[in-house]
Amino acid sequence: MTLEILYFAWLRERIGLPRETVQTNAATVADLVAELCAREERYALAFSDLSALRVAVDQDLTEFDAPLAGAREVAFFPPMTGG
Amino acid sequence: MDIRVHAHPFDYGAECAAFGAGRQDIGAIVTFCGIVRGQDQGQLPQMEIEHYPGMTERALQKIAAEAQTRWALSDCLIIHRYGPLAPGEKIMMVATAAAHRADAFAAAEFLMDYLKSRAPFWKKESRADGSDWVAAKASDEAALTRW
Repeated sequence: MTLEILYFAWLRERIGLPRETVQTNAATVADLVAELCAREERYALAFSDLSALRVAVDQDLTEFDAPLAGAREVAFFPPMTGG
Repeated sequence: MDIRVHAHPFDYGAECAAFGAGRQDIGAIVTFCGIVRGQDQGQLPQMEIEHYPGMTERALQKIAAEAQTRWALSDCLIIHRYGPLAPGEKIMMVATAAAHRADAFAAAEFLMDYLKSRAPFWKKESRADGSDWVAAKASDEAALTRW
């Protein structure tokens, strides 16, 4: 499947791009993260501590074990600091 | 329910005056405004707020809808800015209207607590010696458990 992946805040800076399109067969968010980390070291470094990151699938917050079936957009970012 | 996310400033006084105006069913309005703190450890930070267009509006709608299921609200308003902000500038506001003040107060606090850690905004502060993303506070996450 084709997924649009978005990165925000310091994760965007560490990975060096705001978004990218990937072809993947990852079944879950965690599988997708593992695929990204295997690609290049900058991903492995950026995703080294998942407890410091949050994920949204199709613009809804979810967990790293969430399935990706039918998903179109996955976003990774640090804990939010609005208000 | 009125949710607005934009870079440009808003007129807090005008928004407060217009909110709930002309309605006879409202007995209480609570408003809150968040401002960029100018003096932090003697320095003047500049702030930049990043957000996730699309999800931001969606998350705020969900938070406001949840508030409306929990309290008898006549109306609610959320305005949140993004982009560069100088010390003293207004970042965001919430307003809640209800027949009685307890609902308006509680809903405003609920909106603020959820907006801080469940709406996709990220603050970055710049000072003379560099810039840093503002870390989320454990107390902000803990604040959600009271609801």
